[in-house]
Order: sequence, then structure tokens, then C-alpha cells
Amino acid sequence: MLRLENIHTSYGPIKAIRGIDMEIKKGEIVSLIGSNGAGKSTCLMTISGILTPSGGSIVHGEQDITGLPPHSIVSQGICQVPEGRRIFPRLTVLENLEMGAFLGRSDFMPTLQRVFKLFPILGERKKQYGGTLSGGEQQMLAIGRALMSNPEILLLDEPSLGLAPIMVSKIFKTIQEINSEGVTVLLVEQNARAALRLSDRGYVLENGVITLSGSGRELLDNDKVRHAYLGE
Amino acid sequence: MLLQQLINGLTLGSVYALIALGYTMVYGILELINFAHGEIYMLGAYLGIIILGFFTAVGLTAFSLPLALGLTLLLTVIFSASYGFTVEKIAYRPLRSAPKLSPLISAIGVSIFLQNYVMITQGATDKVFPPLVSSAGVTVLSTRITFLQASIIVVSGIIMALLHAFIRKTRTGKAMRAVAQDKSMASLVGINTDTIISITFIIGSGLAAVAGLMVSMYYGLVNYFIGYSAGIKAFTAAVLGGIGNIPGAMFGGILLGLIESLGSAYISSEYKDVYAFVILILILLIRPSGLLGRNTEEKI
Ligand SMILES: Nc1ncnc2c1ncn2[C@@H]1O[C@H](COP(=O)(O)OP(=O)(O)OP(=O)(O)O)[C@@H](O)[C@H]1O
Ligand SMILES: [Mg+2]
Repeated sequence: MLRLENIHTSYGPIKAIRGIDMEIKKGEIVSLIGSNGAGKSTCLMTISGILTPSGGSIVHGEQDITGLPPHSIVSQGICQVPEGRRIFPRLTVLENLEMGAFLGRSDFMPTLQRVFKLFPILGERKKQYGGTLSGGEQQMLAIGRALMSNPEILLLDEPSLGLAPIMVSKIFKTIQEINSEGVTVLLVEQNARAALRLSDRGYVLENGVITLSGSGRELLDNDKVRHAYLGE
Repeated sequence: MLLQQLINGLTLGSVYALIALGYTMVYGILELINFAHGEIYMLGAYLGIIILGFFTAVGLTAFSLPLALGLTLLLTVIFSASYGFTVEKIAYRPLRSAPKLSPLISAIGVSIFLQNYVMITQGATDKVFPPLVSSAGVTVLSTRITFLQASIIVVSGIIMALLHAFIRKTRTGKAMRAVAQDKSMASLVGINTDTIISITFIIGSGLAAVAGLMVSMYYGLVNYFIGYSAGIKAFTAAVLGGIGNIPGAMFGGILLGLIESLGSAYISSEYKDVYAFVILILILLIRPSGLLGRNTEEKI
């Protein structure tokens, strides 16, 4: 349902992504792993339209979405939870969620109830400013906000970053839950083991190019992956 | 005497506050000091005179003065808002990803252009506002408040309350705050940030136009350079309240109006225009984030 063909993205002279091909099929969880600076975030930001690729194309379903502005990408049902949460600190929790539903792609109240069911703490704190939430709560809010747009494809950039182990496993469980409700997920993670375990497929990104791909299981068993990303 | 100065100060302050809101909203969203904003206020004053002149010529003013004034206000706001919208589109939008100094210089360019545009098309001499609104008023406790002063205070108050509610409660208002807090994140939730920026310029320019129209009625005179000093004073008001902070701009405007009028009465009216600059310098030295501003980069 989402295809990247020979995508190149640069920051001025820095070529962060150098010709990558990827495919994400409906209903899958796909992981993108790689070391710091490999280009994972750049890849997600290229898909969501924050960055414009200098070459290649991105196809969603039948439609070429290369170079569309971010708000048009969201209206296509592709929604990113960027690195570092980025909740709106001086909007309340509820207002943050309202902004997630800005395009009105779903019925507000049922979707809100669904998010509150997934993250009860957000319901309890809905009147509080986003900036006053703890790191883990902010991550839940960031994911909840993305869900408010009723996405077809969710792009998650390091959702477990900076969370306590118990929160990490909760976030991974939630990702699975969201996926089982029919949302396709592209997951970028440092926590490669946990990510690959719940993924149907994975890609390994090194220096802006994809060096390995396969099913989650295959990658977990791959010597190179075990060595470089699983610390074995 | 004191009460009189308070009323005069409040009148002036309401006007500063209306203009300051435009500075502060644009700064909150773009981190741009829109130097051309004072010129939109000046255009509002001229447009008011021209439109009301037309209504007088066609006999509408004689038919119903409130209707003529109401329509003048509406049209002035619409035209000025279109100017503001266009200025952003032509002079600032193409520089969106340029270094911060570039749009600032562009703003100064627009300001010079608009001043000269009005000077050439309307003449370099003062224009007189048709003395349609009587200087009637009431006197209580030897304090005189004219109907015009009362209207300025009331109209400004209503507009500011509406703006506040708009920013707090509506979907677009919340999106404006979201864009001010994190532009690229706002686009990732589906907000068209360019549209929100245009709306901000439209609202800011509309408010400046209301101020321009009311001041030209109040003083009865306009010329092509009134935008300059009003602009600097409103900017001071915005900084005083904390630039980027909307309640701060309202508060800063009214405070500055009061300081000016009390200063003129009790210190010296010779220095009327100096007070604003002294305050600007003091606030920048002592508390650059303004009286209501937070110390961080928090906005709106
Ligand atoms: N705004 C930028 N300007 C210049 N170079 C950048 C910019 N953002 C990223 N880069 C560079 O592009 C490369 C890829 O960065 P990217 O953020 O995509 O890596 P990443 O795989 O997400 O890393 P991490 O795991 O640390 O988040 C890096 O070399 C980085 O230095
Ligand atoms: Mg990254």
C-alpha cells in the first residue's frame, strides 16, 4: 500500500538517503532499524512530506504522493509520530488530541473514547497542559494524537526512546493492539530486538542505503543483525 | 484631573493594544517583527476617510450616519485585511526558509513602499477626517468623556474579548496556537500552516484597520507617516506585555496608553513620545521577555 522507489533525500550537500526501495503492505508492521545517523528519521520525514526527496518516488495505493505537503499526506491517511514526541506543550491534552483530529477524518467522540481506552491516563489528564505530562505520558499523547486522525498508516519514530522498561513493553503492546485494529505500522526503533519481534518484516538502513531486509524472524536470526543491532 | 488622564490614556491604550495584537500574533507564529504593520494601520485610516467620503458623496451619511459608519468600518477592515494578506504572500512567504534577517528587511521594504505609495496617491499633506461625529460627551465629576472615546474603549474591548475567545475556543484558534508552538508538528497533524499564517495576517491587519479608523476619527487628521510612530509604540506595547503573548499585547497597550497620558499630564507633555522609547529600552534591558512573557520561547 506504500512504496518507496529509489528515494534520495539530502540536507544541502549532505546526502542522508541514497536510493532506497521499500514496500509496506496493508496490515503489516514493518521495522526500520539502523544505527544513529543512518537516515531513519530522514526516511520517515520524507514520507510524511516534511522533506522533499531529490529523486525517486513515493506511491500510496495507486497515487504518486511524492512532494506533497505534510497536511496533504495526513489527509491521505499517513500520519507520523515524530522523534521526540513533539506534543504541543501549551495546549491541553484534550486540545492536543483535537489537533490530531484536525482534518476530521473520523468521528471525533468515538475516536476519542478509543484513545482514552488505550491510554486511560490521557482521559484523567485531559485538562492539563501537554507540557506538564511526564515523558511516558507525552509519548502516549503523541501516539494518541496521531490515532485521532484515524490513520491507515502510522509512522512511528523511536516511540520507546527514554522510557522505563515497563513503559517500553507497554508501548510495544499498544503498537500491536493498534495494528490488530487494522492500522499499518512503519516502526523506527533503536530497540531492535523488541521491534523485530513484533514486526512482519524489517529493513536495515546503513548510511542512507538499505543493506538487509527480510521477515522479522529472519532478521533476528541474521548474524550481522545480531552482531550490530542486538548486541550479541 | 487624574480620572481625565485615565480616560484619555485608556482610549489611546485601547488603540495601541489593537495594533500591538497584530505584531504579537505574527511574531508568535513567524518570529518576524512585521515592520509593515504600522503601515496597515495607516492604510486603515486613509481607507476610512476615502470610504466615508464616498458615502457622504452618495448621500448615505445623511441618510443614516450609524449605517454609514458601520459599513465604513466593515469595508476598511476588508480592504486592509486584503493588504495584509497580500503583503504576507508577496513579501514574506517566499522567504519562509531564508535566514531570519531576510523577511525583516523585506518588512522594512514593504513599510517604505506603502508609505510612499500613500504619499504619491493621496498627497503629502494632512488629510482631514470629515467631522461627522460630534464631539458630544458627558461630564461627570469634572471629567469629560466623549461618546467617541467611549466607543473606542468599548469597541476595542469587545474586539479583544472576541479575539481571545476565538484563539482559545475555536478550531482555527487552537490551530494558530499549535502552529505558534511547533510549526512542522502542526503540519504533521494535517494543519495547513500557510493558511493559518494567512489568517493571522488577515486578523492582525483587520485589527490595525479598526485602530486606524478610530484614531483618524479621534484626532480628525491623518498623514502618510502616522504608521511609523504608532507602529513603534504598538511594538513597544507588545514587547512590554511579552512579544508573542496575546493577553500581554492587550495589557501592554493599555499600560502604555496610561503611562503616556499620565506622563504628559504630570511630568511633561513635551516628552509624550519619549515615554514609549524609554519603556522599550528599559524593558529590553531589565526583562526582555516582557511583563507577562515567559522566559522561554513560549508563545501565544
Ligand atoms: N537538519 C539537518 N541538517 C543537516 N544534516 C542533517 C539534518 N538532519 C539530519 N542530518 C544528517 O542526516 C543523517 C541522517 O540523520 P537521521 O536523523 O535521519 O538519522 P537517524 O537514523 O534517525 O538517527 P538517530 O537514530 O540518531 O535518530 C545524519 O548524518 C544527520 O547528521
Ligand atoms: Mg532519528
